[in-house]
Amino acid sequence: MAWLDGRRRSDRYSALTVLQHGITGRPWPRAWRTPELESGYQVVIVGGGVHGLATAYYLARNYGITDVAVLDRGYIGGGASGRNTAILRSNYLTPEGVRFYDRSLTLYRSLAADLDFNVMFSRRGHLTLAHNDASLRTMRWRAEVNKLSGVDSEVIGTREVSRLVPHLDTSAAARYPIVGALYHPPGGIIRHDAVVWGYARAADGLGVHIHQDTEVTGIDVSAGRVTGVRTSRGDISTPVVINCTAGWSTIVSDLAGVRMPVQTFPLQAAVTEPVRPFLDTVVVSGTLHVYVSQTDRGELVFGASVDPFASYSTRGSLEFVEGLATHVLELMPTLHKLRVLRQWAGLCDMTPDFAPIMGFTNVQGFLVDVGWGTYGFKAGPVAGEVMAECVATGTTPELIAAFGLSRFSEGRLVGEKGAAAVGH
Amino acid sequence: MILLPCPWCGARDSEEFAYVGELGARPDPHATTPEKWRAYLYLHANPAGWTTERWYHRMGCRRYLTVERDTVTNEVRSASDAGGLAGSR
Repeated sequence: MAWLDGRRRSDRYSALTVLQHGITGRPWPRAWRTPELESGYQVVIVGGGVHGLATAYYLARNYGITDVAVLDRGYIGGGASGRNTAILRSNYLTPEGVRFYDRSLTLYRSLAADLDFNVMFSRRGHLTLAHNDASLRTMRWRAEVNKLSGVDSEVIGTREVSRLVPHLDTSAAARYPIVGALYHPPGGIIRHDAVVWGYARAADGLGVHIHQDTEVTGIDVSAGRVTGVRTSRGDISTPVVINCTAGWSTIVSDLAGVRMPVQTFPLQAAVTEPVRPFLDTVVVSGTLHVYVSQTDRGELVFGASVDPFASYSTRGSLEFVEGLATHVLELMPTLHKLRVLRQWAGLCDMTPDFAPIMGFTNVQGFLVDVGWGTYGFKAGPVAGEVMAECVATGTTPELIAAFGLSRFSEGRLVGEKGAAAVGH
Repeated sequence: MILLPCPWCGARDSEEFAYVGELGARPDPHATTPEKWRAYLYLHANPAGWTTERWYHRMGCRRYLTVERDTVTNEVRSASDAGGLAGSR
């Protein structure tokens, strides 16, 4: 935790310092500063979510590049980083996907210690239900791909499913009978806001500038090379701009003249009133387009697949809650009295092959970390790590070689059918 | 919920329709290059604001429609028959 050295020892987050601050009444310092916007930075990151802040943090920590600004047009973590359902897993279908997300899960596991921030990672197992023979076959395929990459993943039978989650209707009389599941013990959930705040505090501690309420209105490109960024608070000269936005990735890329194979769809989620803990795994049904987990507070968090048409609207719809409730009750009929507290939508930048677009573009100094569809949050740490490597070394890391923008014009699509948006 | 003013069936719930997507100029598949065809398939304007797109009234008249919609507010300005065309302008 080199970044903490510049701070007072008593300002670290630990049980002892909580006690010290409690006894002495000394206020905690602000977790991150509100610096003045400078006229130039070595690197400008557009988007203050998990991806942007993680990129800034790893640039500073791994490569000593601290002259970095993270710009967000709203507040940090106000976009997709604060709207996802906080599920972590690495049981994807393609070897590229599995390796990539497994690195992310590894970073997430030790993130609380790395960042000196309680991100509340909870390893609880991830269960993807199969309702027919075809999805069971896909799950066997996924399990074998996972095991070849050293990821703990196995197909289990109905009896085992019932033992893990007794509330599931595993009877043959169910409308969509459960015939088995893909079980992924390392999967789990985390507190997504804490991940954003932890990265922000750690990046700030290393000297990164975080500018909230700062909208990027233009990107200056001269002779095929980035020279600066125009913002609602003034112009910045910089040789490197990284687009780390979700929902606005085509709009920001358009500013630099780079076209993106992305369409933006809302994805809705909902949370119920808190109840006693009864669900200690993440339950997913691709057939019913629903995933369920119980937070540490006791609320059930439900997510679905993306809305049926492209939109930038984050308003919830009645169709969504109706469909969601029907599907959840198909799985767990005992929840029929539970009340939904609130629903919301986040924006998903969908790519044609359900894989992200990362790395360099044909505009020198303009990098992208976009197209995160329904799988961006779980990739936050690894995306930050590899984007930092791209900037620091000027080369594309092997881990993301398959995710380059040029794959669409060259016809080398990835085809990640393990993503949540795909009906398995 | 958004209402789509179908020229044949009147204002109907968008759930009755299938969203086909943004309209783009479709190149002649026999004369184009693979790169141009891929650009047509994959690249989208994806605007935040007014756009012209194709919808299909699957639970109604089963006609393809050209719809003008604001993607930020989901307000629909017009819907007209696309003359049986699924994809191209």
